[in-house]
Amino acid sequence: MIKQSKLPGLLTLGTLLFFYLPIILLVINSFNASRTGGSWGGFTLKWYEQLFSAREIWHALRNTLVVAVIATAASTIIGTTAAIALHRYRGRLQNAHYFLVYTPLVVPEILLGISMLLFFVALKVNLGLTTVILAHITFCISYVAMAVLSRLQDFDVTIIEAARDLGANSWTTTWSILIPVIFPGIMAGALLAFTLSIDDFVISFFVAGPGSTTLPIHIYSMIKRGSMPLINALSTILLAITFLAILAYQIISRHNRPAED
Amino acid sequence: MTPTRRRFWGECSLTAPSMLWLLVFFLLPTLIILAIALKPADPSGGIADGWTWHTLFSLRNPNYPEIIFRTVWLSAVTTTITLAVAIPIAYYIARCKPWKRDLVLFLTIIPFWTSFLIRIFAWKAVLHPDGILKSILVFCHLASPGTLLLYRPEAVLLVMVYTELPFAILPLYAAAEKFDFSLIEAAMDLGAGRLRAFFSVFIPGIYNGLLSACLMVLIPSIGSYVIPDVVGGIGSQMIGNVIAQRTFVDRNLPAASALAAVLTLVMIIPLIYFLRIKKSADSGPTPAKEVV
Repeated sequence: MIKQSKLPGLLTLGTLLFFYLPIILLVINSFNASRTGGSWGGFTLKWYEQLFSAREIWHALRNTLVVAVIATAASTIIGTTAAIALHRYRGRLQNAHYFLVYTPLVVPEILLGISMLLFFVALKVNLGLTTVILAHITFCISYVAMAVLSRLQDFDVTIIEAARDLGANSWTTTWSILIPVIFPGIMAGALLAFTLSIDDFVISFFVAGPGSTTLPIHIYSMIKRGSMPLINALSTILLAITFLAILAYQIISRHNRPAED
Repeated sequence: MTPTRRRFWGECSLTAPSMLWLLVFFLLPTLIILAIALKPADPSGGIADGWTWHTLFSLRNPNYPEIIFRTVWLSAVTTTITLAVAIPIAYYIARCKPWKRDLVLFLTIIPFWTSFLIRIFAWKAVLHPDGILKSILVFCHLASPGTLLLYRPEAVLLVMVYTELPFAILPLYAAAEKFDFSLIEAAMDLGAGRLRAFFSVFIPGIYNGLLSACLMVLIPSIGSYVIPDVVGGIGSQMIGNVIAQRTFVDRNLPAASALAAVLTLVMIIPLIYFLRIKKSADSGPTPAKEVV
């Protein structure tokens, strides 16, 4: 065995520090009584207290969750049918279909945002929560479709043929074989859609109207207006939720893995 | 019904929901960008009736070539730095012990799922004039108290690399994981140096992953808007900022849409190039595959 270079390992360690130092500082500063965060002014929970009494944040959070739940449900259904169609059929229609599903993934968010804003304005649709939901469904479809498609590519189609030969109709093969087998892919796609919807700022900012402020839009206006300690506290809470969710997801998927394979 | 006809209706019913949705809410709006660039602006922020070339002439704004050049330049440098850092990391993750690999991957996935705005804000706090980095630099006599770390193109570059790195590491790792590392040992047995083996065997071996990583960093960088808006100043504006300014500040939607058409043109060249090589290189380009 040839001795390996230490350089990639050191670079990885350095990059992980680079990833986490700003985030760790932000968490520490959320408990810092000093407003600017350049020095330590003692431990405090006052920013959290101020945060919980801010009504706009709760309103924005409610909007975010409403949008995310509806967009996830709709895009999971539409994205899954898209993936099944792309997997099952070949031809010109599916080539065009693939192009339409794939392209939104590589188009910058700002172009999706401005194009949908122009579309709604041209049709004289009032901007609000509905336009945000429509926009979120649009970009989530592609992510769900790709997640389900990657699961379908490992799927053994002969199982369906075997079931057909044994007399199962297409309804039975779909609901008793296809859906259970690709279910992890559907769940992964739904999770991805939910996270992307909760996190989306750029597209929402373009198509949101008065009263449809989502949490990222609210955080953005806080960043612009400069109430830094409050954003630190809010960010710390969101980071903790994200961290716990990923940890839970990793543990669950690890438990499931040996049973699947 | 004959089996062929039934198959046809099956295909239609499975394809129709996504196809129609994306035609109406993705393709049509994208085409509308071009149409609205030829419409006059309505002073109240809407779109007026009639047609005009006026908006397209406004693209001759003397500031625009500089902004377009800066957008392309910052995106290219971001992509180069990000890939240069991400390739050795992917190599390391693919080669290290399973427990270490799981830990490093887990630590790379967390920033990936963390709110984009929060990660940018964390850097704004670090680079802030009253922030910690400035205090350290001044303490070590590496910067004078008057130095401004925020609101300059270097800050934009730093934060773009920071936010894009996980998006490059994950597809590169997915490619490196499938790479047969005994090939590197074989090359070295045959007399290649360590660097030679890395560049002539490993890099071509992960070519597909390299392409998708490049695409996943370059395209969002060209469309950047939030990062230059939060940590950049007037001297680091990108096309995305000007589009947002025309939309939200000037309330001139036709001007915004003319610029969006320019952005599409700038972006479409690398996009078509990558999709063409990708299509000939593999069958299923699925960025989401590496994510989940």
